[in-house]
Amino acid sequence: MSPRARTVLQPHATPPAAIRNFCIIAHIDHGKSTLADRMLQITGVVDERSMRAQYLDRMDIERERGITIKSQAVRMPWELADEAGSLQPYILNMIDTPGHVDFTYEVSRSLAACEGAVLLVDAAQGIEAQTLANLYLAMENDLHVIPVLNKIDLPAAQPEKYAEELAKLVGCEPEDCLKVSGKTGVGVEPLLDEIVRQFPSPVGDADAPSRAMIFDSVYDTYRGVVTYVRVIDGNLNPRERIVMMSTKAHHELLEIGVISPEPVPGKGLGVGEVGYLITGVKDVRQSRVGDTVTNASKPATTALGGYRDPKPMVFSGLYPIDGSDYPDLRDALDKLKLNDAALAYEPETSAALGFGFRCGFLGLLHLEIVRERLEREFNLDLISTQPNVVYDVTMEDGKEITVTNPSEFPGGKVAEVREPIVRATILAPSEFIGAIMELCQSKRGSLRGMDYLSEDRVEMRYTLPLAEIVFDFFDQLKSRTRGYASLDYEPDGDQVADLVKVDILLQGEPVDAFSAIVHKDRAYGYGVMMAGKLKELIPRQQFEVPIQAAVGARIIARENIRAIRKDVLAKCYGGDISRKRKLLEKQKAGKKRMKNIGSVEVPPEAFIAALSSDEPAKKK
Amino acid sequence: MPQLPEGDPAPPTGQLPASALTHLPRRPLAVYVHVPFCRVRCGYCDFNTYTLGELGSERSPATYVDSAQRELALADRVLGPDVPPVDTVFFGGGTPTMLPAADLTGLLRGIRETFGLAPGAEVTTEANPDSVDAAYLETLRENGFTRVSFGVQSAVPHVLATLDRTHDPANVERAVAAARAAGLAVSLDLIYGTPGESTGDWATSVDAALALAPEHLSAYALTVEEGTKLAAQVRRGVHPAPDPDDEADKYALVDERLAAAGYGWYEISNWARTPTDRCRHNLHYWSGANWWGIGPGAHSHVGGVRWWNVKHPSAYAARLASGDSPAAARETLTVEQRDDERVLLGIRLANGLPIDGLGAQARLRVGELIGDGLVDGQLALTDRRLVLTRRGRLLADTVVHALLAT
Repeated sequence: MSPRARTVLQPHATPPAAIRNFCIIAHIDHGKSTLADRMLQITGVVDERSMRAQYLDRMDIERERGITIKSQAVRMPWELADEAGSLQPYILNMIDTPGHVDFTYEVSRSLAACEGAVLLVDAAQGIEAQTLANLYLAMENDLHVIPVLNKIDLPAAQPEKYAEELAKLVGCEPEDCLKVSGKTGVGVEPLLDEIVRQFPSPVGDADAPSRAMIFDSVYDTYRGVVTYVRVIDGNLNPRERIVMMSTKAHHELLEIGVISPEPVPGKGLGVGEVGYLITGVKDVRQSRVGDTVTNASKPATTALGGYRDPKPMVFSGLYPIDGSDYPDLRDALDKLKLNDAALAYEPETSAALGFGFRCGFLGLLHLEIVRERLEREFNLDLISTQPNVVYDVTMEDGKEITVTNPSEFPGGKVAEVREPIVRATILAPSEFIGAIMELCQSKRGSLRGMDYLSEDRVEMRYTLPLAEIVFDFFDQLKSRTRGYASLDYEPDGDQVADLVKVDILLQGEPVDAFSAIVHKDRAYGYGVMMAGKLKELIPRQQFEVPIQAAVGARIIARENIRAIRKDVLAKCYGGDISRKRKLLEKQKAGKKRMKNIGSVEVPPEAFIAALSSDEPAKKK
Repeated sequence: MPQLPEGDPAPPTGQLPASALTHLPRRPLAVYVHVPFCRVRCGYCDFNTYTLGELGSERSPATYVDSAQRELALADRVLGPDVPPVDTVFFGGGTPTMLPAADLTGLLRGIRETFGLAPGAEVTTEANPDSVDAAYLETLRENGFTRVSFGVQSAVPHVLATLDRTHDPANVERAVAAARAAGLAVSLDLIYGTPGESTGDWATSVDAALALAPEHLSAYALTVEEGTKLAAQVRRGVHPAPDPDDEADKYALVDERLAAAGYGWYEISNWARTPTDRCRHNLHYWSGANWWGIGPGAHSHVGGVRWWNVKHPSAYAARLASGDSPAAARETLTVEQRDDERVLLGIRLANGLPIDGLGAQARLRVGELIGDGLVDGQLALTDRRLVLTRRGRLLADTVVHALLAT
């Protein structure tokens, strides 16, 4: 496909009127990356030869999971005939946004860098809760929205049905919805034309002190931190000194340029332009998403609004299975931190698991991604403890304690425990209303409201304790709605709740890794479930091992692991010896990995399985 | 069928490093002959064996005998002039008695002519009670065999059926009588823990074996080996997986009844009427002696080098026909591996492990092992030997781990 644009406007010399900054709002697997790939091809910034699927998703994890963790911004040339029929050159900056609930803040910053949003919805599935949440965000940011139905080539596509749904949400007519297929390319050129026609061009004061908003910053091994910015006022130029307005840190602009789709250094960025900066800093914390960049010699007086420090919502202990990997885990976290401003961690010691780190995450997906990267990119075998939220405990003597780890839950006289709550939005076919209400009720939720999006699709709004969401809410929601429901949530303060700590004891010894803070009414259920799981997971020992669940000194559940009576292999003749010795060598290595709880040896796999929400496999 | 272990390449000449041969003249030498043929494959068996149908050639057994004789000649070249006379020979399988008696005696003659047999050498063959008669057994005895080991497994028909064993329990009695008449010592193999076997069934089998007054008895817990028909049946839920508690009960039963009948255990799964009835050949395995294994898939050990032959009879025959060693791979044991094996194997024996041969760390754990009722405290104190209690025999892996933990 040959590019349509023959005149390509250069960075720093592009009039704002010729710029269109936009993002694509879509749910995971609704085809955003495929559509973006097609746009790159049609505008000619990527040729057929170097095209690879999901060009913009750079991390392996992103490509495998089909999600975008870090955003990107690509500059694409385009041309459109004006009213007089003569072709005018334009620059389209496509700002890719993270697509998950944990990264709402990052999404909001990406949106703030745009004037328009393409709302992309799978024509076979309809809109999902997270997309809806991002659409609200886009509308709050006054973005112009073009509704687009994707995958119209699919036999299961129902473009008419979902066009109505989208029209209602966006406030337009169903026929205003564009229909495309990212896969075949159908409708993509008209979409690019509409982007030029409908989206406003950026407005800013070219003569004012420069202000640019950071909407992403990424650590690159070779170049240090690459910061993505959108210039609001003034301009940024190579070699000048800049200031980060929240941290007051000064840096020299070593390089400034645009992505098209590989980095191209240039002469600077002017009003409305989107590009990247390199200052030589090594840590994304020095280049924070949402911060304002200005010129050091002619600084702006007020920063752009909306900056927020990332705040971890979910905590989990990460421990190396092999204790000697602890320094490697520390180094790996230090490296990941360079690229992840929201990742927080501090050393922690568990009687059961040894040395590790208590880590704070934006949410469950963030946790999963960090864990997976540690295992995959740094070759670490890890145990992660059951994720938990932060509790504020007030003692009767007025002392306040912040609990980020259940084992820190105080034993004395507790006056009040506060837990974080979220506003959750659930979208689902209306036939599941009953099932969802039942689930939310069992998870201590309260209904805030409900609306029909179309005849058979409903939006339900709940207040729910974050702890319940972190536990297994999403899995349950999916299973009770056969996968049809989607969920989005955002923090909404905290509430007082009747919470207790359940301890799990092996042979009378509490195992800190299994302690959990749960609602009083759920303590028994948790105790029985955990004791039962551990009975299946912990191998039989030479002696009987009682497993107990306790709230304070009160035992609420009990199981027994019977003593093992036979482990020997019956036969061991000439041909068996090598095999047997090799098995022994393997078992010896396995023994070293065992975690000792008192005199009970627990394989790390038992911890992993007990701490995951899946059903345990029957032991042999 | 178990996979062969991974190892280092073995040279085509079969040549051993000089260090492996240093102690050859002063250590007992055993020869194992693997006969890889069975009439049918039993559902639980993972040994390297083939039915004639599987091999697809009527002449395979004949080729096998020729090949085995060639491997003997190779062993002679590799072991060199300092090789001692052979102390024990064991024909196992498969079903060695699938071969005509003349083939077995011919192979034994080959061994005698190659290395010589030590005075009082023990020569055993495994036998299926169905496949031998008096004449067969007499031929063996006349040509130097001293023992026969019958695979009895059970005296209970439904248990035999689950194991795919086809022999008629009455044949056992006839076969044992014929062996005695021929002047051969008799050993019986039993299996416990077969799915569906009750404790009563097992008692019946033990009593039936005792009624035949064998010199020697082996009793093995049924092991579900990967890749067997039985493993597939367990996976599909046709049979329950063996229950270690049930096996522990049955081990206690056989050990008690045999002790009451005057048999002493000398290895975890082996009992003998008198110390001279113990199987010397197997004791050589457990005490780190040298042995040469002849036949497809057979393992050998000489002076800290272990090797194993290619598994398939035709690959085995082809190697030897072209003058090469049939070894698939070998391993040279490190000092630590030899120590591990000494503990792993030695602890299985009633003679036990000398405490003073153990490392400092292991010696510190002996008190705990006595306290846990796993080793005999009396013998540890008076004889400075670690000898397993009955509980310890069933938990021998635990004991080995305790002794080898670092």
